[in-house]
Amino acid sequence: MAGNVWVVAEQWKGSISDATYEALALGRELAGGLGTRLEAVLAGHGARALAASLGRADGVLYVDHPALADGTGEQAGRALAALAAARMPALVLVPTTNVSWDLLGLLPARLGVPLVNFCREATVSGGAVEFSSLLYGGKMAATLTAGGGTVVVAVLPGTRPAEAGRSDAVPEIEDVTVDFAAGSGVTWLEYEEPEAGDVDITQQDYLVAVGRGISNEANLEVAEDLAAALGGAVCGSRPVIDQGWLPLVRQVGKSGATVKPRLYVAAGISGAPEHVEGMKDAELIVAVNMDPGAPIFSVAHYGIVEDATDVLEALAEAVRKRKG
Amino acid sequence: MKILVLMKMVPDIVEELEVAGDGRSLDQEFLRFIVNERDEYALEQALLLKDRLQATVVVAAPDAPEVDDVLFTARAKGADRVVKVTGLPAGAGARATAAALAATLPGIDGVFPADLVLSGCQSIDDLDGFVAPLLATALGLPYLGLVSRVAVDGGAAKAVVSKEYAGGVMGRFEVALPALLGIQGCEKPPRYVPIAKVRAAIGAGGIETVAAKEGPAAAPIEITALAKPQAAGHAEMLQGSAREAAEKVADILAARGLL
Amino acid sequence: MPDPTTSSLLGIPGYVFLWVLALAALTLFALRAYRLVRTLARGRAEARWDRLPRRLWNTVVNVAGQRRMFTNPGIGLAHLVIFWTFLFYAVSFAWNLLRGLFPFLPIPYADEVAWMAFPMEWLTLAAMVAIAGAAVRRYVFTPARLSRSRDATIILLLISLLLVTFLMGQGAKAVAEEGPASWSPVGEVIGGWLGGLSASGAESLFLAMWWLHMTAVLAFLAYLLYSKHLHLLASPFSVFAASLEPGAMPPSSEGAAHLEEFTWRELYNGLACAECGRCDRACPAFASGGVLSPKDLIHKMKLLLLGAAAKRDGKADLIEMVGPAAIWACTTCRACMENCPVFNEHIPLIVEMRRQLMIRGEVSPGVQDMLTGLTRYGNSFGQSPRQRAKWARDLGFDVKDARREPVEYLWFVGDYASFDPRVQEITRAVARVFHRAGLDFGILAEGEQNAGNDVRRLGEEGLFEMLREKNLAALGSSQHRAIVTTDPHTYHALKNEYGLDGRVVHYTEVLEGLIASGRLPVVPDGGARVTYHDPCYLGRYGGIYEPPRRVLGALGLKVTEMPRHGAAAYCCGAGGGRIWMEDAPGGGERPAESRVREAAGLEGVATMVVACPKDLVMFRDALKTTGLEGALAVRDIVELVEDAIGATQRSEA
Repeated sequence: MAGNVWVVAEQWKGSISDATYEALALGRELAGGLGTRLEAVLAGHGARALAASLGRADGVLYVDHPALADGTGEQAGRALAALAAARMPALVLVPTTNVSWDLLGLLPARLGVPLVNFCREATVSGGAVEFSSLLYGGKMAATLTAGGGTVVVAVLPGTRPAEAGRSDAVPEIEDVTVDFAAGSGVTWLEYEEPEAGDVDITQQDYLVAVGRGISNEANLEVAEDLAAALGGAVCGSRPVIDQGWLPLVRQVGKSGATVKPRLYVAAGISGAPEHVEGMKDAELIVAVNMDPGAPIFSVAHYGIVEDATDVLEALAEAVRKRKG
Repeated sequence: MKILVLMKMVPDIVEELEVAGDGRSLDQEFLRFIVNERDEYALEQALLLKDRLQATVVVAAPDAPEVDDVLFTARAKGADRVVKVTGLPAGAGARATAAALAATLPGIDGVFPADLVLSGCQSIDDLDGFVAPLLATALGLPYLGLVSRVAVDGGAAKAVVSKEYAGGVMGRFEVALPALLGIQGCEKPPRYVPIAKVRAAIGAGGIETVAAKEGPAAAPIEITALAKPQAAGHAEMLQGSAREAAEKVADILAARGLL
Repeated sequence: MPDPTTSSLLGIPGYVFLWVLALAALTLFALRAYRLVRTLARGRAEARWDRLPRRLWNTVVNVAGQRRMFTNPGIGLAHLVIFWTFLFYAVSFAWNLLRGLFPFLPIPYADEVAWMAFPMEWLTLAAMVAIAGAAVRRYVFTPARLSRSRDATIILLLISLLLVTFLMGQGAKAVAEEGPASWSPVGEVIGGWLGGLSASGAESLFLAMWWLHMTAVLAFLAYLLYSKHLHLLASPFSVFAASLEPGAMPPSSEGAAHLEEFTWRELYNGLACAECGRCDRACPAFASGGVLSPKDLIHKMKLLLLGAAAKRDGKADLIEMVGPAAIWACTTCRACMENCPVFNEHIPLIVEMRRQLMIRGEVSPGVQDMLTGLTRYGNSFGQSPRQRAKWARDLGFDVKDARREPVEYLWFVGDYASFDPRVQEITRAVARVFHRAGLDFGILAEGEQNAGNDVRRLGEEGLFEMLREKNLAALGSSQHRAIVTTDPHTYHALKNEYGLDGRVVHYTEVLEGLIASGRLPVVPDGGARVTYHDPCYLGRYGGIYEPPRRVLGALGLKVTEMPRHGAAAYCCGAGGGRIWMEDAPGGGERPAESRVREAAGLEGVATMVVACPKDLVMFRDALKTTGLEGALAVRDIVELVEDAIGATQRSEA
């Protein structure tokens, strides 16, 4: 008899994240396939009320402890490892986001079990689970199986729609006490909000995103021009932020913002998963990249294989012409 | 203060990746290896701390194609010692790598105990775990990942670090040393070192080689197939020059009422 | 006339005064000269004594002939006159001093000798006209690059004084009816004006003028080495010690910022500079924002040198004095050095300081990224080397792999021509044209690496050496009779900095040959007007100006020259690694924009022809940013050749 399927609920700024619901949707399918329970695991302090929205699961395991108040991976990892060691779930699904990042690394480490990383698909066949993971920046898909015993699974954002993980049903909540060493040497101090920029890219309808492929900072001008013509704003992928060409508030992707504009023009962006997860839900995605094999073209609706700066420039002109 | 930086080589995805004949691994013919990008930031962070606190920096990396260049470059940038850990099987996953490193590093003279261990918090080939937290757990060191800023007080008793969340929000943490930090970024991009200095480092030699001690065996993850990803969809490609394609896009935007 | 040095003043013979003055002046002069030479000697060694005959010839043409001053003929003539006047006066002074200090020597004074006095009189007149003109230009019209500095004023007054005292002395002698009248026509005229003077009055005037003249020269000698007119003595030597290599790279080093890290020749630039400002006027970086002033660069070197000479500052850092922004702003186009009348070498200074900035790690992230990618993948685009020959697919014919089979021409394609999509079209056109002409050519494909020219100019000497090694190995293992390239930067590196024995040619030379020999049949066009832009590394560095023009002529096109053409061509702004950097601060007009405006301003010309991949990219971009796209087209010379071949095919059909 297989163990249960767990989904670790992720809290951010007082609510359950979308990524959790996506994982619940996947978990529901896997639990069904394996013929076992789906349990959501919520760890925190005074956060019991959040469990109400986790009705897609058969039950919620709620762990309360002062040390878990700020979600630091060290403490959460120990608590959940102790719980998992006792309960022996078959699968532990954890969303792959910055919030759960440390847990993704520490939980399997503490349990001494494998992690199935970059997982974007999982199915049950013949009572065993087959996973599909994206490796090498999204350039290769690996189909794999993990041996017996608990397996932690890092669920990539977008694997299932969040809607499929929400439910009005009220879950059974089990208050669990876990014995774990609370002091860890890692102490949360405070959050640092980014400098209030002039622009909130999550509120924009039109975004022109630039990546490494625009070659140098001077070409930002061209992107700004197109953004102005469209009535939107410029944002960027991580490499552009690392170089200092755009401030942190303009970053789209895992460490940045998740955006859902009406139009997203991705210029010189390769489409690595960490970026794609931040923009995949845009209504219309137009990608420009010199490399016809760039992963961005799998996510975009329209693609152009040309120099990004040239296209942005021509597009700004074409847009202005039509707008009159 | 002693800082240990762990670096590793990963497949270079600038090259086209191909699947080998067995359908389950990478074709090696044109495969090149490049240093894990996040590890470069870890090294940069270590060197910045070295400048500020007169620390010593030791760089260790598992043996892999082209790792010598990386170690010599680290030396040229200012690392005090560079160590190559040999004997790890090719394609060893994160768990095997971390286990071997955990068994081997403490035995290297002058490396342990380190006050601070830095390593990239992710890499493109981490299939069965993340090396940094695995290693931290094996060594009994506290761990924090996605760190992009590290400040250490003069007494090297603790570090104050910034960790990345989403939407540009960072979290400030205090970490008691010794600890292992998973580095995501750094306050400055990795420094450039002129080729002449790297060549001088190559000429001077000095990569220490240490054979890996085997760590505890780990239940493997088995890849049954490797293939180029089948995308759920693919973009409709617009042909023509930049100008022509841009015109087509503008037409599409207009048709959708986006202009 | 009385002998000035044996006549007495206040009971003391003249020569005593002369000895005192001469010793004082010459001692000051010698001490200063010694100090300057000692300071120069603290710099690194550099051999500039080789190929003596060539050096001597250069000196004759450029010092005696003042060749570079003639870019503006009026100024050139004036300067030549003043220079030769000065030369005669110098000889005359030395002669008079010798005779004056040693009155027992049985030789006449210089002005008593007809073949000295006669030319001196006429030169003096001509010099007076020249000085007057120069003064009016500097003080009334004051062009941008000239200043009304104290030094400039002093020298103009001093020269005028010398000229006047000489002529007045000649006039006084004429009044006393001394000396060969026929050899002193000007003196006669002045004597006429002084007609009312008595004999003793004439003698007094002569003595006064003589002493005034000698004292003025001695005072000037003492002052010389402390003023900007130090260049008068320093410049002939800087011409003699000029670099005979076209590329002007400093000897291998770790770069330089402090006095002792520069070579003596690099330090010497400061002494030889006349602060004429021709370099500033020619510099595209100066024009587009003023962050870099070549004249100011040399001036700061002079300050560094003089500061060290005065022991005020042994540790001054030239990089701090000039500022990294200025150092990175240089495109290495060589216009400064081409125009400098004293053959100063600005670019080696820039490169030495860039080398040091590289070592210090103070390089912009964009350049760092590019260099890291270049080191790893062998190209400045950061792309897989296996993509290098992608442009050669689907041409309709195979391009030979020069690594596998012998070829006559090894075509070293270059990064921009291989990887930039806009330039790939031109590369394909070149391949088609070569193929059409039946040229036996091949490429190294993935075996080719960036030639390293711009890497070297960025100061990454180590990377340049590594690239050169790899390329030499690839070239060495291929059999070919000549190397051809479309990229002038590549051309320069291969031809001048790789030490290759064989022929290296630019594709315009090959095209010229193919057309002339009939292997490329072209139908001359109906005489349309075009203009041609000389690439910096083909023209100023390579001396190749005519072949592209002959090609255009053979195509039946009429070349209308832009004002700044040939050796005066204006850089597109991409060289020296600048194509990988952001625009220099300053916000002036970008060089490429200035150039396309210049071309568009030509009457009846709708096409600017280029022969360099970077020019193509820079100028086409500039057309967009200046809004001149409808008015001017930028086309590579090979496109015009292909058009003409196409015309042949049509006319044959």
